[in-house]
Amino acid sequence: MNWKTFTALLRRDAHVARRNFIPLVLQTMLQPLLFVFIFGQVMIRSNFMPQSYRALLLPGIMAISMLMTGIQAVSMPLIAEFQFTKEIEDRLLAPMQIQWLAIEKVVAGMIQSVVSGIIVVLAAWLVMGTDVGVTFKNPGLFVAMVLLVALLSAAGGLTLGCSVGQTQIGLLFSLVLAPMIMFGCAYYPWSALKTFPVLQYAVLVNPLVYASEGLRGALAPNVPHIDTWVVLSVLVVADAGLIFFGLNRFFRKAVG
Amino acid sequence: MGVDVRVKDLRKIYNSPPPFAMGAAAFGSGRSAGGKKQKKQKMEVLALDGVSLEVEGGEIFGLLGPNGAGKSTTVGIVTTRIKPTSGNAWIGPHDVWRDQVAAKHLIGVVQQRPNLDFSLTAREILIFHAAYFGIGSHERTRRANELIERFQLKDRADDMVRGFSGGMMQRLSIARAMMHDPEVLFLDEPSTGLDPQTRLLLWEIIREYNRAGKTILLTTHNMEEADTLCNRIAIIDHGKVIALGTPAELKASIPGGYLLRVKFSASADGLAERLGELPGVTEVKPKGDGIDIYADRGGPLVGGIVAAAGACGVDLSDVHISEPSLENLFLHHTGRSLRQ
Repeated sequence: MNWKTFTALLRRDAHVARRNFIPLVLQTMLQPLLFVFIFGQVMIRSNFMPQSYRALLLPGIMAISMLMTGIQAVSMPLIAEFQFTKEIEDRLLAPMQIQWLAIEKVVAGMIQSVVSGIIVVLAAWLVMGTDVGVTFKNPGLFVAMVLLVALLSAAGGLTLGCSVGQTQIGLLFSLVLAPMIMFGCAYYPWSALKTFPVLQYAVLVNPLVYASEGLRGALAPNVPHIDTWVVLSVLVVADAGLIFFGLNRFFRKAVG
Repeated sequence: MGVDVRVKDLRKIYNSPPPFAMGAAAFGSGRSAGGKKQKKQKMEVLALDGVSLEVEGGEIFGLLGPNGAGKSTTVGIVTTRIKPTSGNAWIGPHDVWRDQVAAKHLIGVVQQRPNLDFSLTAREILIFHAAYFGIGSHERTRRANELIERFQLKDRADDMVRGFSGGMMQRLSIARAMMHDPEVLFLDEPSTGLDPQTRLLLWEIIREYNRAGKTILLTTHNMEEADTLCNRIAIIDHGKVIALGTPAELKASIPGGYLLRVKFSASADGLAERLGELPGVTEVKPKGDGIDIYADRGGPLVGGIVAAAGACGVDLSDVHISEPSLENLFLHHTGRSLRQ
């Protein structure tokens, strides 16, 4: 393994991300922040929602931001760079097995996903104040959950980015990402779906459910959530599956 | 002594439409022409049909052929970008597919279409490229400055490349391929879309790079380029090498050297035989509504052709004479013009 090449590729991605930092932050942060403001402030102050909703909301918002950032950070450049401009060629010719380029993309996506999660938490505190009701009593679990969710998003981005063409990006957003957010148990706990039994089990295919419920288990253990061990196991299996599948697709796409 | 490049029995069948650069490889399509009821079969395009070549270290080697002949596919395989259906390729001692990383260290590649990193400036493109190859920060800055100067990109060096003209992108692509000082430089149709002045600059840069002992493999469908630049040429068509040698050897291999393409007012029996008996004629090939005559002379033969036509009761209606060239050679082997 050629670490010099690997780190140079990471530096390249960091350089590009820094250059686009402001639009990137606006693009990924604006929606969750507005949501935090409406549901975490307006609805609560006007007594339409209980105060305790904040502890339920924050992990969900964090999960959405992390997942969307990671998916977009990896898939969007891939979709563009594999188009007829073939911008990625130069990096495919770097002296390294080409699967490592995909792994580099995943690592870069994970970093962006984690950064976005941290920014959302900080910004949510700014909007909602410090009495959100979340706890960091189990930092080990929190870190593990964050890393697994970041990997889920970046590996998912790799798979999507190698499966979708530029003309299908609109469809991707309206048909995949929008329902994923709504049925991702980000704004409500999974247990809230018990009155819709079919739906409750159907949403289990949605990776955002595990991200939301997992972060909820780590940050707000008092809020009802899917058992943490179940979430951890599903995330590990999903991460491994997406990495395997994504690397395969990447290789098939990269080599003629 | 430079690094050699060898390919042996390369075959490539595309199961899906080939990449853009090979987009015209639409020959030999195995697509079923069946009726409506028949399910559409998987498209199969035979792009390479047993290509073997040995490019010696330190030479400028040209792959000449029309669009879709298999040139880009050959380059794609040798540069690790396309996996062959069967056969092997080596850069120096390294098997391109078994020892990919070592092979990549030795090669620089300029693709047919500029594939620059649009998220970076021209200077950053060069510097990051060198960083991928592990070149230290001081050295890569120095090389980038040197190449920017040499490729006349100084004015726009710190601009994003999105707004660059085609010629500038092409120059930058070549500069990038040279950043890590590769032993073998591949150029796929390097002068396509360049103005004559830039083309001359490019040729000079290629020659200079070659003088430093580097091996250069370029593809072209431009006769002049192959003729003036290359030490040896392989003519490739329909995925096969149909001729190989120095430009002089290849031109000398055409019977006679001169080609006269003639047309008559009508077809006549025995005309071809009469033409074949004219002095200096080495080969007569009836072709479509005309006849191709290969001979050791051009103009002086026309009188004889007119007389032969008259004896058969037809008139000469058109004659086109071309001097010995690679174009004629290609025509001789394939019956088609390079530009067709």
